[in-house]
Order: sequence, then C-alpha cells, then structure tokens
Amino acid sequence: MDEKYNFPDKMKMASFALMGIGLLSLIIGFIVSPNRTWADLLVNNIFFLGIALCGVFFIAANYLANAGWYVAIKRIPEAMISYIPIPAVIMILIGVGAGTHLHHIYHWADSKAVAADELLQGKEPYLNITWFMIRMAIYFAGWLGFAFILRKLSRQEDIAPDTKYYKQSLIYSAAFIVFFAVTSSMCSWDWIMSIDAHWYSTLFGWYMFASMFVSSLTAMALIVVILKRQGYLPKVNFGHIHDLGKYVFAFSIFWTYLWFSQFILIWYANIPEETIYYVHRLEHYKFWFFFTPFLNFLMPFLILMTRNAKRNYNTLIFVGGVVLFGHWLDFYLMIYPGVAGHHDHWNPGLLELGTLLGFIGAFAFVVFTALTKANLMPKNHPYLEESLHHQT
Amino acid sequence: MEKDKKYLLGIFEDEDKLMEAVHYVRQNEYEMFDVRTPFPVHGLDDVMGMKRSRIPVAGFLCGITGTAVAFGGMTWINTVSWSINVGGKPFFSVPTFIPITFELTVLFAAFGMVGVFLYANGLFPGKEPLILDERTTDDKFLIAFDLNNEHIISKQKEITDLLTKYGATEINEKVIED
Repeated sequence: MDEKYNFPDKMKMASFALMGIGLLSLIIGFIVSPNRTWADLLVNNIFFLGIALCGVFFIAANYLANAGWYVAIKRIPEAMISYIPIPAVIMILIGVGAGTHLHHIYHWADSKAVAADELLQGKEPYLNITWFMIRMAIYFAGWLGFAFILRKLSRQEDIAPDTKYYKQSLIYSAAFIVFFAVTSSMCSWDWIMSIDAHWYSTLFGWYMFASMFVSSLTAMALIVVILKRQGYLPKVNFGHIHDLGKYVFAFSIFWTYLWFSQFILIWYANIPEETIYYVHRLEHYKFWFFFTPFLNFLMPFLILMTRNAKRNYNTLIFVGGVVLFGHWLDFYLMIYPGVAGHHDHWNPGLLELGTLLGFIGAFAFVVFTALTKANLMPKNHPYLEESLHHQT
Repeated sequence: MEKDKKYLLGIFEDEDKLMEAVHYVRQNEYEMFDVRTPFPVHGLDDVMGMKRSRIPVAGFLCGITGTAVAFGGMTWINTVSWSINVGGKPFFSVPTFIPITFELTVLFAAFGMVGVFLYANGLFPGKEPLILDERTTDDKFLIAFDLNNEHIISKQKEITDLLTKYGATEINEKVIED
C-alpha cells in the first residue's frame, strides 16, 4: 500500500506567509525592544522544540510498551522529529547571545552581576556560559542522533521486511528514554529555571516535560485530523483518533497535577526565596496566570470528556487550538516575568503573536515537507496489522 | 399464578458463526432475548445493536456530587463550624481544599458507578441467576428467544430454520419453572 503525501501549494503559500509575518515581527522587535524579542524567541523556540522532541519520546515509549495501535500514525511523530535541527540552531544563537551580552535573559551570564551576588557565585560551577554551551551541545547531539536513527530504521523497514529493524529500534528507544529522562529535566533548569537564577523548584523538569508532551500530542492529533480532512490515511479509523483524544485529555490532567503541585507546595511552605516566583506572576500577570489552567485544564477536561467529543474532528481542532495556545502561554509565563524583571511588565502583545505565527508557519512547513518524504503508512512493521484493526 | 418462562435456544460452537447468525436474526427483525458466550466476543455488541452504556453519565453526576460535598464540607468546617488557624493561612484557603476535593470526586465517581452498575443490572447478593444452558460457561455459545412472546411463537419455525442454516448445532427449548 503506497501512499505519498502531496504538500498542497495553498498550504505551502500559507506557511510562507506566516513565516514572513514572523520574520517581520522579529525584525521590528529587535529594533524596538531587543531583550524582549530574545525572550520571545526563547519562548517559541522551546515550545516548538518540545513538540518536535516529544515526537521522539512518543515513538520510543510506544516501542518500549510493545504498543501496536500507534503504528498507523507513526509517520506523523517521525515527521515532527525533522523540525529539531531548527531549534538547535536558534538555541545556539541564544546561547551565543548570552555569552556575548547581546541580551540579558540569563542574569548569571553577566560577570558583574555574579561578582555582586553571593548566591550566583555559589551556582557558578554549574551556571557558567562554557558549561552551558557544552551541555546544550550534548543534549542536541543526543536528541538528534536518536531521532534520526529511529527514523532511519523505520524507513529501512519499509524497503526490507525484516524484524531486525524492530529489534534495533527497541534498543535505541530504551537508550533514548534514559537519556531523555535526564536531559529533559536538565534542559529545563538550564534554559528556563536559570532565568530566575535565585529561585529553584525540584518539580520544574517534570512540569516542563508535561507541558511539552501534551503540546506534542495535541499537535500530533491536529496533524492526523488535517491529513484525514485532506483525504489521506484511509486506514486510520476512529479508534486511533479516539486514542489521541484520550492522550490529550489525560496529559492535560497530568500537566494540571504538576502545575498545581508546584504551586501548592511553595504556597504552603511560604519560604520567601521560593514564593518570589509566584508573587511576581500573581502581582503583574494575574489574568494570564489564571487563564492558563482555564485553557489547559478546564477546556480539555470538560469538552473532551465524552466519547463522541474525542471522535469529532471539529471538537478536536477547537480543543487542540485552545490547548496549544494555553501551553504557549504557559511557557510565556515561565520565561517572560523573569526576563522582564521587577520594573517592566510585558503582557503578550501583537509582536508576540506575530512571532508565534511565524514559528507555526516554519513548523508546519518543515513537518509537512517531511511527510512527503516517506510513505504515510509504514510497511512491514510487525504490529501494522494489529494497528489496522484497532478498535476502542 | 404466573406462567413458566420458556426460551428457544440456538446453540453454536464457534463465535464467528454466532456473529453471523446474530446478524441475520437482526436483519429479519426477530427480537432476541439474550446472547450468552463463555468469553467476551469482540464486536458482538455492535452486531446485536446494543445501545451504549449510560454509565459515564452516572459517573459524571456522582463525581460532581463528590466535588460539591468535599468543597462545600471543607468550606463549612473551616469557616463556620470549627475554624483553626494553620500557619497563619486564611480560613478559606482554596489551594488546601483541592487535593481532598479531587480525592472525593474520584471516590464518589468510582463507588457511585459500581453501585449504579449493580443496580441497573439487578445484581445483588443472593440473586438467583438465570442459567439458560450451563455449557455457555464452558465452550458453547447461544442465542435465546423468549417463547412467551406471541410474535416469536408465531415465527418459531422460521427462527429455527434460520439458526440451523447459519450453523446452530442444536435447537433446544428451556423451561424455567416459576
């Protein structure tokens, strides 16, 4: 069964237009308010990196769980993986920017600030720009390596029917999960938690992972729905769509659990060095702060609760849009207040919207182009037959 | 005095044949009393045209009751009935209520659904089970028709032929004495 995706010209043009808007917003932003635009770049970059990266996690976790149902939609996370090199480049730019003082996202990168700050001196062995860049290189090397090996094995399996590809994928998946468990946590400390360099939360890695994974699942569900709407993936039935809906539902609750756990422990203990994070957000970003759980918890929880809602393309598209925006806002609230400091308060504006649209365009362009590179339905995967008969 | 209950049973040895027979029984619009199998047969619900269970609705309502009980209860206890100052926190502290509200929501939903399930299916300790054929607990499948139903009695011949045609190995009548 050969089925190749054909990227429609209309969509291509739309994604170029979005990229144009994004580029324009970035240029205007860098002229008007460079520091804020660097933060904007960081928010979008990490958000879309998470979406792409958790595609690898999704594949690896399903390999290890011996899952069969997902094989019919396996090519979508595989296409999402193709986006990882772009955030890698932008992240290196942000790192170089921090090292050369082009921006002040990372307070600890400023040697004058460190000299006057005893706490930062204590953290210097970890939070210094050289070690920061080395760690970044390790993360991206590992993620890209595993991602492309898993994708390559999957495509080789299409050509030659042999279970050795499946067995190799299992081993790489297991290794990736171990690597990802450590690096997903560490990258959240490095790139986000260190913005508020005095503050720390032991839950932060998990919290960011939850945000990344649920965004990734939502993006996957949306891409499957778009492909179905365009008439592709005839073998993907409502069982698969339903299961993706369940994933979005369940991990929205998981995100809420971690969001709330982090908040309640800090609120309860009431230690000033910890509460400062929430004081800052509740004083100046109150609306956005309470708007996130509304978008990320209440909306998917109430709308996706019934079976029919998870099987309906329109509700999935609506909730998907809401959840993706909500998690973008979540990253916004993790990053912006810390970068703005205690004197400025940056509420999301038109330039932020423009950059977000630009990143959506770039992501869509890369992913849908990657979809054209391989068959939409894997061949010869040992669980393919099981997946085609999937029912829920 | 009530009449004894009489059932027409078509016994099958294979679930695929059973499914096919059920399909044709429904196509001819003969009303089935029940289908019994020794193990869950995938897709049988759809072929029999069973309506989806409404147990999720019961679960949702029970869950909401749990939410209301927990939240309302804690609010009343902490603000009206027995206010205790814990670490200088306000008496009405929503964050502290959330974990317990969550727990009671789950508890009420779970127990509520079990209770509703047992009630809806008439299951309770000491209930006399309606055994149509003991072999359906081992390796046989059966389709049962209610022989107190006028329509079924009038069509008994056709039903028997149809069941035999689609692979029934035996056709029995079972009388359950009242």
